[in-house]
Amino acid sequence: MGLMSLTAMELGRKIQAREVTAVEAVREALAQIGKMEPLFHCLVTVDEEGAIKRAKEVQKRIESKELTGPLTGVPVVIKDNLCTEGILTTCASKILSGFKPAYSAEAVKNLEEAGAVIVGKANMDEFAMGSTTETSYFGPTKNPWNQEHVPGGSSGGSCAAVAAEECSCALGSDTGGSIRQPSAFCGVTGIKPTYGTVSRYGLIAYGSSLDQIGPIAKDVSDCAAVLQAIASYDPKDSTSVKRKNYDFSAALVKDVKGLRIGIPRDYFGEGLQEEVREQILQAAKVLEAQGAVLEEFDLSLVKYAIPAYYIIASAEASSNLARFDGVKYGYRSKDYEGLHQMYKRSRSEGFGAEVKRRIMLGSFVLSSGYYDAYYLKALKTKALIKQAFDKAFAQYDLILAPAAPTTAPRLKESLQDPLQMYLGDIYTIAVNLAGLPGISLPCGVDQKGLPIGMQMIGDCFQEKTLIRAAYTFEQTRTYERCAAVKGECVR
Amino acid sequence: MSRQYETVIGLEVHVELATKTKIFCACSTAFGGAPNTHTCPVCTGMPGSLPVLNKQVVEYAAAVGLATNCTINQCCKFDRKNYFYPDNPQNYQISQLYEPICRDGYVEIETPAGAKKIGIHEIHMEEDAGKLIHDEWEDCSLVDFNRSGVPLIEIVSEPDMRDAQEVIAYLDKLRLIIQYLGASDCKLQEGSMRADVNLSVREVGSTTLGTRTEMKNLNSFKAIARAIDGERERQIELLEMGKAVVQETRRWDDNKEASHAMRSKEDAQDYRYFPEPDLVPIFIDDEWLAQIKARQPELRTEKLLRYKKEFDIPDYDAQIITSTKKMADLFEETTALCKKPKKVSNWLMVETMRLLKEHEMEVEELTFSPQNLAKLIDLTDEGTINGSVAKEIFEKIFLEDIEPERYVEEHGLRMVNDEGALREVVQRVIAENPQSVADYRGGKEKAMGYLVGQTMKAMKGKANPAGVNRMLKELL
Repeated sequence: MGLMSLTAMELGRKIQAREVTAVEAVREALAQIGKMEPLFHCLVTVDEEGAIKRAKEVQKRIESKELTGPLTGVPVVIKDNLCTEGILTTCASKILSGFKPAYSAEAVKNLEEAGAVIVGKANMDEFAMGSTTETSYFGPTKNPWNQEHVPGGSSGGSCAAVAAEECSCALGSDTGGSIRQPSAFCGVTGIKPTYGTVSRYGLIAYGSSLDQIGPIAKDVSDCAAVLQAIASYDPKDSTSVKRKNYDFSAALVKDVKGLRIGIPRDYFGEGLQEEVREQILQAAKVLEAQGAVLEEFDLSLVKYAIPAYYIIASAEASSNLARFDGVKYGYRSKDYEGLHQMYKRSRSEGFGAEVKRRIMLGSFVLSSGYYDAYYLKALKTKALIKQAFDKAFAQYDLILAPAAPTTAPRLKESLQDPLQMYLGDIYTIAVNLAGLPGISLPCGVDQKGLPIGMQMIGDCFQEKTLIRAAYTFEQTRTYERCAAVKGECVR
Repeated sequence: MSRQYETVIGLEVHVELATKTKIFCACSTAFGGAPNTHTCPVCTGMPGSLPVLNKQVVEYAAAVGLATNCTINQCCKFDRKNYFYPDNPQNYQISQLYEPICRDGYVEIETPAGAKKIGIHEIHMEEDAGKLIHDEWEDCSLVDFNRSGVPLIEIVSEPDMRDAQEVIAYLDKLRLIIQYLGASDCKLQEGSMRADVNLSVREVGSTTLGTRTEMKNLNSFKAIARAIDGERERQIELLEMGKAVVQETRRWDDNKEASHAMRSKEDAQDYRYFPEPDLVPIFIDDEWLAQIKARQPELRTEKLLRYKKEFDIPDYDAQIITSTKKMADLFEETTALCKKPKKVSNWLMVETMRLLKEHEMEVEELTFSPQNLAKLIDLTDEGTINGSVAKEIFEKIFLEDIEPERYVEEHGLRMVNDEGALREVVQRVIAENPQSVADYRGGKEKAMGYLVGQTMKAMKGKANPAGVNRMLKELL
């Protein structure tokens, strides 16, 4: 087993101990990328030359004792909707083909300042719209646990890259479950932080009021360290929140004694795969055995979360994506006459089907005469869902639920029926509407050997409670590597 | 024309605020500059950029609201107005629809029938767009985003005006208030103040409003007055012919003195307004509001009363001096330096006004400093220069803002009070002009004026006129 089988923390310790250099670590990641990419297509851009150059700089700063953090020299992958200075940033869309930003997202900057080295940009659903990473203009990513299955989405490339050990950890974004669901499908751990915790500056917006950037890694400790590195109060993002402290790693304590865990009955109803239900309830028992107190409760309002989400997110997206018009950057149709045709053709040719569907949906719900009936009603629903969670968190420290109703579907299965695909987001979406933090971590596999993820949801700013509970659970089992990296790739 | 018509006019006035930086980023708002040099990722709509509100914009908007008797909305919000146009880099404009910062105000104007209140429906904050330049030679269009993100307020009036005079009076009043607040320079020609006119006509006595049109591209008060008269006539003509007025936006062409339809209501875009998710609501708490109130400068009415009382200057003069902020500032700053309000007022009322007219300039274009005018007044008072020299120097100050003291020295303009020198010159003038001397002695008072003139000329205008008179009388 090589350096890439280590967690980010383990690798970071070796680099700090001068057992390996940042350059060696990055070379090893690039070698793994070379092996895994033809099989899984986790990345849309591999910046080999840049990565080595950055690793050399980091190594210098390690030697001058400037960089001493736990993530120093660790190879990372960034979801392609996060701006990276001088490195292609496309949102997996044709319309942003060739776009190299002049600046890096605040979260990316923070991660680089912590010493992490970017090796590539991760594939995703086009503009983060999708749950399978199949809507990418560059073609789908495949699940490293089974090539015939999707990795989930929209941060499917980031999660698959972590599972395939192409990087030590990755950044994703989560608007309706886009970190937690693919983390579950790929057998890795991901955190969607409280809205406002990680600056959105430089994140190419999908649903601005719901988007959050978060860490994806092999375990809870890595996620805590990455979150600690990327979270910051950023005056450039007006929705950024100044938090009392950012020492998430301090919560890595094996102790859930007396922790009150609520289990929403509504999350275990129809449509939930039996094996997923069993594993989640089994995980709950494990936490109970560690001293947590379990209780079932009703959270019936969440059934309105999906329609509310698709209205709000699509409405914001229809406006956020208006800037991609062929005028300033990205793709412009070759063949047009006059301004309107240039707009129409550039956008018709530049956006994929799912993106167009959501732009149309969003434009419709904001149209005069429909605004009150759809958009305003969705906002009211959002407020009610937040209230329902507030009520729950008066009783419980956290909520335990599945991350997704099933394990990873087969490729092409979901896109045939978008409505069915939207329903797959049922367990994750309400968290974004309420702005809450959520974590997804592996808790077993199904008969096919596909990973199952459990989700824990906390009250606003209670990431530490989530991290403590997740860490406690994680201590009871060992991280399971996917088939591909164990050299027994399932065809 | 058998029927009597009444014109109903409401105005939408855009005012560019005088902030140093743009509304949502730190780029400069300075005019000019090479294209796209006052830009950043935010004001060019780059992916991933986010707006951050400039607090000064809120303060200016609230200040204008307070000065126009509005209620300040202490929790206001921004909304997105969605439309595609290349001068609009995000293809949406950040504006306020649902919760504007100010509502329900009014300003009072003077009309021949007495004072009249013009209602203000709302004032909202928004960002300006960039500028498109069409290069017909190359057959392409270029965008300059230097103006993109410059802060604007839009002041929406109630349909309370009835003719062009009232509209002009309302605009004048708004301009004066905003200039006094320092919130904008309000120059129509340069576009820092722009007015769109909503106009409809109805039969006198009717209580329902007629169908209105909106007139754009009005770049001067004169154009506004002409456009109002023209549109009133056009609408009445339509009605008289039994046709209906179409609700539409029209563009005024001041050269042709006519307007043409730009777009009808049917073509009107659906702007799909919704709350701007990248900005948080603005809470103007009582403390902040109190601070803004405390910083409100003295407005014209108060200033007028104070000038009359404190400086004892006549009403007519005070009216003219306070009619622009520029003039009032010049008056106060100069008076503070030389402590001679009446003399300052005289210079502004007489010579300044004369030169403005002569050079066809606006008061706002005055560039001379209060320091130099104050110095000039002192020099005259001290008897260092005489009145005619002072006028000559003032013209230099007016045009080039020269330092009067240095100018006097460099040009040798100091008033001559040397008795000996004067006596010599007067004796020479008497000797050289026997006819005038005879005339004077013969009782022709006019001849004295000629002799004074000759003496002044001989002394290059620098003599003390009173001294010249005395000396002539003595020697004659």
